[in-house]
Amino acid sequence: MADTELTGAEIVVRCLAAEGVEHVFGYPGGAVLDIYDAIYKQDKFKHILVRHEQAAVHAADAYSRSTGKVGVALVTSGPGATNAVTGIATAYMDSIPLVVITGQVPTAAIGMDAFQEVDTVGITRPCVKHNFLVKDVKDLADTIKKAFYIAATGRPGPVVIDIPKDVTQHLCAFQYPESIAMRSYNPTSKGHAGQIKRAVQMLLEAKRPVIYSGGGVILANAAEQLTELARQLGFPVTSTLMGLGGYPAPDPLFLGMLGMHGTIEANMAMQHCDVLLAVGVRFDDRVIGNPKHFQKEARKIIHIDVDPSSISKRVKVDVPIVGDVGQVLAEFAKLTQAADHGPDREALKAWRAQIELWRAQDCMKYDHNAAVIKPQFVIEKLYEVTGGDAFVTSDVGQHQMWAAQYYKFAKPRRWINSGGLGTMGFGLPAAMGVQMAHPGAPVACITGEGSIQMNIQELATCKQSNLPIKIILLNNGYLGMVRQWQEFFYEERYSESYVASLPDFVKLAEAYGHVGMRIDKPEDVEPALRRAFGEDKDRLVFMNFLTDPCENVYPMIPAGKGLSEMILI
Amino acid sequence: MRHVISLLMENEAGALSRVSGLFSSRGYNIESLTVAPTEDASLSRMTIVTRGSDEVIEQITKQLNKLVDIVKVQDLTDGYHIERELMLVKVKATGEFREEMKRMTDIFRGRIIDVADKTYTIELTGTGAKLDAFIAAIEPSAILEAVRTGASGIGRGDRIMKI
Repeated sequence: MADTELTGAEIVVRCLAAEGVEHVFGYPGGAVLDIYDAIYKQDKFKHILVRHEQAAVHAADAYSRSTGKVGVALVTSGPGATNAVTGIATAYMDSIPLVVITGQVPTAAIGMDAFQEVDTVGITRPCVKHNFLVKDVKDLADTIKKAFYIAATGRPGPVVIDIPKDVTQHLCAFQYPESIAMRSYNPTSKGHAGQIKRAVQMLLEAKRPVIYSGGGVILANAAEQLTELARQLGFPVTSTLMGLGGYPAPDPLFLGMLGMHGTIEANMAMQHCDVLLAVGVRFDDRVIGNPKHFQKEARKIIHIDVDPSSISKRVKVDVPIVGDVGQVLAEFAKLTQAADHGPDREALKAWRAQIELWRAQDCMKYDHNAAVIKPQFVIEKLYEVTGGDAFVTSDVGQHQMWAAQYYKFAKPRRWINSGGLGTMGFGLPAAMGVQMAHPGAPVACITGEGSIQMNIQELATCKQSNLPIKIILLNNGYLGMVRQWQEFFYEERYSESYVASLPDFVKLAEAYGHVGMRIDKPEDVEPALRRAFGEDKDRLVFMNFLTDPCENVYPMIPAGKGLSEMILI
Repeated sequence: MRHVISLLMENEAGALSRVSGLFSSRGYNIESLTVAPTEDASLSRMTIVTRGSDEVIEQITKQLNKLVDIVKVQDLTDGYHIERELMLVKVKATGEFREEMKRMTDIFRGRIIDVADKTYTIELTGTGAKLDAFIAAIEPSAILEAVRTGASGIGRGDRIMKI
């Protein structure tokens, strides 16, 4: 086999097959014609033709988020690559393993301002984990191997491989490397034994402990280890937006999401705990608000993360542990089980009683008797109708927060959203990636009328690839989160947040060959959802819910304020 | 605090831009940066002089370590180290300056490496402070042109950075 000469394009296809890739999301163009020709001749993986390169990357990203596998996208040079950048940056901010292959003009044309030429490596450098320009076909297989290895290990992230057209045409003997070793890249996975011992000691002596769990728990497939440790110790758990599903939300130890739109019980427990176990998190501005306010209260912090640069970046911690979250939590559990005493039961009881007092304020209450549809009500009904077990993707804004607050995720990799970059237009292409990975599973895309219009062309992709996604449009006629900030902080000057001239979404859905529904009464919400997930389950259903235009997301911590400075309803 | 960070990285196209891009995107300050391959042509050795609080410097070294091409990072200012910088200065060498410049070069243990009718080019090596002192010591109007490399650094004694 090693002696057979293949073209660069054939090598790309063979490498992807060797990596076990089953789905590639992409869009053809001049610089990748040879790769597309090689794809035409193979049957190892399926290519999903999108309608915009941004959607290809979001779909590959969500494919990865929902499966744990590396997502793959393929786009052409120039505008293909620049359109992909938003998708790449989205994946980078949320540490999602992707390999994005971009075409490039032939090597001799690089730097000549050739047609569809852009410096892809330069443009993507700040938003990738790493990137490569392959100038010689002999380096192609090794580079692809490295790309998958770098994307998936350590703190995961997107890797871009830029391949000039002539490299895809040149011939080379092909052998896919079995393994790869890089002297410059060796991520740590095992936590420091001494630090782990210190941390466990601290946990066992805690009187007011909280576990603060994030996206790192999902990425490391460590939900089980986290849940086990929390239950064994009886410690309350709160989760970031990215960590939802890492601990089962219906469980009484779960405090809900924390942060800007977190619950009272989660934010107050964070602020007033004496020992904080931070797992796969980064103390970002939407989570702890003002770090100075956060640090006014004395508490010991244990921080486990695979990325050393996430530790002590915004908040100084007492016990840093660099390593794979799952492995470290498993070590924790061993030590806590072997310890001669458990945590202080009396203290824990008092702490839980305090938490229940906070919880009793019922910060997520809303008007259940309103004549208009409350957006929260739609999410609660969606939760009921899907038995809490759907894959839920979202766009960005108020609907995203309501989805995070009211859909009680019990399993990891079920909640798919753009947390770090906050990319409107993510939801629909993300749902495509999820549905592709899980045919037959219920997939809901919760969106707003602003976000959905940022990638609405993908309704055609859904038709072509038979993706029976359920679009839950919470249509309040406003860019809702912008409107909310303008109401709270800009004296109700609603500058450009009213989106007039909305299309008739029912007709639009039908024009693309899907089912469209318009729902404007609370009593019609559940029947519409039942029909969408019942008799219409094999079709894409676009549900346009006309919701209360004035509803706000509560609680809310204004930007720059502290965790205990929430605005309540 | 001023820190001198030394690093070894894969000698590949674009490697320098990854480092300079990191500093600009995260708002870190660069006082000087020097880079060249050394005895192992596959590696580039870089010396970066930067300023920042302890927290910022900790982040800089962590972020540098995170770059996939970087093999090793060391903060030389954590221990004993030596720094040297090279300066080339072209000065007026007419009239009284012809003697004066020669004398100053000798005092600072520099060398005149190019002599022309009206100019000298002086080579001077030392710490940044010594080069500053030389500039301050000679008549400003005599300086026609100056170029400095930025500091290169190495640990003292047994402190060795190698892979």
